[in-house]
Amino acid sequence: MRYLPLTNEDRSAMLARIGAASIDDLFVDVPESARLSGPVAGLPNHATELAVERHMGALAKRNLSAGEAPFFLGCGAYRHHVPASVDHLIQRGEFLTAYTPYQPEIAQGTLQMLFEFQTQVARLYGCDVANASMYDGSTACWEAIVMARRVTRRNKAVLSAGLHPHYVSVAQTMARFTGDVLETALPTLEATTDAARLLDAIDGETSCVVVQYPDILGRIGDLSEIAARAHEKGALLIAVVTEPVALGALRAPGEMGADIVVGEGQGIGVGLQFGGPYVGLFACKERFVRQMPGRLCGETVDAEGKRGFVLTLSTREQHIRREKATSNICTNSGLCALAFSIHMTLLGEKGLRDLAMLNHGLAVKAADRLAKVPGVALINDGFFNEFTLDLGREARPVVRSLADRGILAGVSLGRLYPGVAALERGLVVAVTETSTAEDVEALAAGLEEALA
Amino acid sequence: MSRYFTEDHEWVDVDGEIGTVGITDYAQSQLGDIVFVEVPAEGKQLAKGDDAAVVESVKAASDVYSPVSGTVVEGNADLADDPALVNGSAEEDGWFFKLTLSDPSELEGLMDEAAYAAFVAKL
Amino acid sequence: MTINQSGWKPEMGDGNAPAGTTFTGNRGLMLEEALIFEIGDSHTTGVDLDAAPAIASRLSGLERNREIGLPGLSEPETVRHYTRLSRQNYAIDLGLFPLGSCTMKHNPRLNEKVARMAGFADLHPLQTIDTVQGALGVIHELAHWLTTLTGMPAVAMSPKAGAHGELCGLLAIRSALEARGDARSVILVPESAHGTNPATAAFCGYAVENIPATAEGRVDLAALKARLGPDVAAVMITNPNTCGLFERDMKAIADAVHDAGALVYCDGANFNAIVGRVRPGDLGVDAMHINLHKTFSTPHGGGGPGAGPVVFSEALAPYAPLPIVEKAEDGYHLVEEETAGEHHADSFGRMVAFHGQMGMFTRALAYILSHGADGLRQVSEDAVLNANYVLRSLEDVLDAPFGPSGPCMHEALFSDDGLADGFTTLDVAKGLIDEGYHPMTMYFPLVVHGAMLVEPTETESKAALDQFIGALRSVAERAKAGDEALKSAPHFAPRRRLDETAAARKPVLVWKAPEVAEAAE
Repeated sequence: MRYLPLTNEDRSAMLARIGAASIDDLFVDVPESARLSGPVAGLPNHATELAVERHMGALAKRNLSAGEAPFFLGCGAYRHHVPASVDHLIQRGEFLTAYTPYQPEIAQGTLQMLFEFQTQVARLYGCDVANASMYDGSTACWEAIVMARRVTRRNKAVLSAGLHPHYVSVAQTMARFTGDVLETALPTLEATTDAARLLDAIDGETSCVVVQYPDILGRIGDLSEIAARAHEKGALLIAVVTEPVALGALRAPGEMGADIVVGEGQGIGVGLQFGGPYVGLFACKERFVRQMPGRLCGETVDAEGKRGFVLTLSTREQHIRREKATSNICTNSGLCALAFSIHMTLLGEKGLRDLAMLNHGLAVKAADRLAKVPGVALINDGFFNEFTLDLGREARPVVRSLADRGILAGVSLGRLYPGVAALERGLVVAVTETSTAEDVEALAAGLEEALA
Repeated sequence: MSRYFTEDHEWVDVDGEIGTVGITDYAQSQLGDIVFVEVPAEGKQLAKGDDAAVVESVKAASDVYSPVSGTVVEGNADLADDPALVNGSAEEDGWFFKLTLSDPSELEGLMDEAAYAAFVAKL
Repeated sequence: MTINQSGWKPEMGDGNAPAGTTFTGNRGLMLEEALIFEIGDSHTTGVDLDAAPAIASRLSGLERNREIGLPGLSEPETVRHYTRLSRQNYAIDLGLFPLGSCTMKHNPRLNEKVARMAGFADLHPLQTIDTVQGALGVIHELAHWLTTLTGMPAVAMSPKAGAHGELCGLLAIRSALEARGDARSVILVPESAHGTNPATAAFCGYAVENIPATAEGRVDLAALKARLGPDVAAVMITNPNTCGLFERDMKAIADAVHDAGALVYCDGANFNAIVGRVRPGDLGVDAMHINLHKTFSTPHGGGGPGAGPVVFSEALAPYAPLPIVEKAEDGYHLVEEETAGEHHADSFGRMVAFHGQMGMFTRALAYILSHGADGLRQVSEDAVLNANYVLRSLEDVLDAPFGPSGPCMHEALFSDDGLADGFTTLDVAKGLIDEGYHPMTMYFPLVVHGAMLVEPTETESKAALDQFIGALRSVAERAKAGDEALKSAPHFAPRRRLDETAAARKPVLVWKAPEVAEAAE
């Protein structure tokens, strides 16, 4: 077996040194009845590299990949062009095959990268500090709600109707067990966000209000007023950003008063990957730093006075605080954070802003074009690179029939909110720099045909 | 004024009905460099043995228990900026909090300085 | 003759290294690298983009009106920056990485290639089901392997890492108990458990109580039995445990737990020791997470991503989280909230957006197919053989507290007993850095003072092990002899010991321009 270096001679010599007669002697503590006498039944034996590649290649071919079709899906996962150097660099063995940087003297590469990443995320979000990443946006969102409970010592969270339904679902699953109270609502097919509902709902029992920006339908609402109301009532504002590129064009949530900003970092550097691994971003105001979940990297000096970096404030974490930890998270999303950071470094301020305006410009043109398709209406007044169309009829079968014709048209709200009749006509369309004018024409033509 | 000790390495000085609580020099030496201390807020009610404060080194976090019952009247604000006070002066400037004792009879179960020294010597 | 016009006459010098520093701060190939904030600026970019079309913006009046503060670098500068950083890291690709409980084994590059196939990497999680049949096939096939290898009937694929898998397992346990109207409040955890176990139990609302270990390093069955009662929801056991020992009484533990109406959660972080030889399903386990980034070799990436699928017994299978991939005659189906009611009505719900760590699934499946049933059996044999070889080769120089307990499994545990006065596990670890190794896990498990937990894994050759054993022996002998130079090790790494106290007292978590940082002082 190509990954196992020991020879049978080695094994014999090692058993002799150990003083065991056979390998079985080393498993003597396993009850006889639980020891398998041979390879596990029902599974094939080892395979060549070529055979495995062939098998996996055949499975890969049974998918319609985004690059093969006009492609317009978003809703929490965005297709952006990732520069070739990003993937090259994250495959350097010193990054790819390193562990969590527990020994800082020989992990400065990972640690300095994390320090740079934390700074990039904090600045993008308009916050004081950021952590070294979470699993993804949905779990970061729940962790933020838990953190707000710790800070405010209250347990009622008000969730915007525009929050990604999977994020809501994750929070509902957890809240059922933790006893947190969640006030939720369904979005409606209209241009305005549910800011008014949120302002009404925040009261003296509220721990936090959670608002996605831009929201699941692509709408953009000012957070300032919600922040002010939350603070007046002693609650925190948690902003959720599922498309990081949007913040190249839009005001940062932290600037509008958000106390905690979390989100999905996948759109920068990571790629679609059928939903994971992604990278959760988590930032907040400095005064809450000891209540943060996850790892934090900090600057210090070594014994010679040279600048260096270490994991710090670890007493918040499970390996030290155990049942009193701020979270149970251990492994996070280090390599995806690296991909995010490299891509962000390649972009820089100028590149991110240009990329954001390119996305926005293409989306505006696409929205206007698609709204001209008979029977189609654009719901949004404002949006970044994603908007919602009212198709005038159930969108889900339309998306399926367009997929049959090789067009990946967007995400039907019926897929995200099954059984909600008021939303079934909605189609959420994302347009990025990867979408060409021809792609938009193909979608327009496809919609026209499907709706005729 | 008299000083009492617990087996969990807290000390309490009693002056009238006010007790001042800290951790012992032995305890700080076991923790190493203290990096953070969280003291209780004024007005907090504590029963004997309750978690009252937290003291952290780089690789360990320890709860500090209240040696007696009472109501917190003051936390040591200097510890927020300078947690190293606990290393430098655990039994003087590095005190954690003061409280009004609600049941002075609880002091009877605690050790005096000599008894604590003997207790530590056996650890 | 012609004269040597170039003047080039190689000389060896006297071999003494000069003291002092270089102009750059570099030392030959040991290269210093500034932060992107010090070398980049907001006008530079390393990407070329099409010009944005001229449109009237529709950003709801919320256009950015302030600089973000993101420095850019050109592509060559970017490649150089991260390449130089990478060289300051230790990694499995560079050498043996004996971090106990972490299973740092070789990461085959075939798996990287497979994960990057466009049919997997360039696939959106919300595409229509007909267009992602191959991806669902990967999940289904991996699920089949995991259930077969563990002898468990069901598996939840979506948890994102080990601790997330623990959460999944405990939520299923709680759901099952609530379903029978018997909500319980306490989780029992051995003293030697990973910190994630108690943290997870608390994260989903349970009280946590410790169970002591016996002198030989295993769960104290009598103490466990004495504590079991109607308030105990589950026991979390790591098997093999963090002392590197198989919990011999696992079946008896499981029987006692079940008799008390509670369930058995197994932390599967150490599955590498038994994969292919022992099925946890035969030991009475109700739920166990599997770290794909440990046993199944998906790369650790400097701290993730991981993946933590959870296998379930019949008792817990109905409560598994969404989504679930199922195979039917017309292809693979994805069971989500919409159709869960049909035959997954008891599912406790969704734990993550989308469907889990696809990029880890493809890698793990390629790894499993490469090894096959016979190769995986060899994996655990060699992992255990290598660990015992390390244990028996060093127990004369390092204290092995459970050495007399019998063979270890995939990791060897030593303590600081016998080191010279004032010398610690930390000194041994830092000494190993100078020998060119990543240290073992230190100060864990907590049940042993100054613990050193060595997990060599099966992907080390005998020659690599012999060299490592020689290095650790040398460092241990120095620590026993009181060699002061060890107290200031490492001497030859990119950095000397770092001041973690200063870092924690005045945390600097983001970069600030020097003038801003000064003004804040």
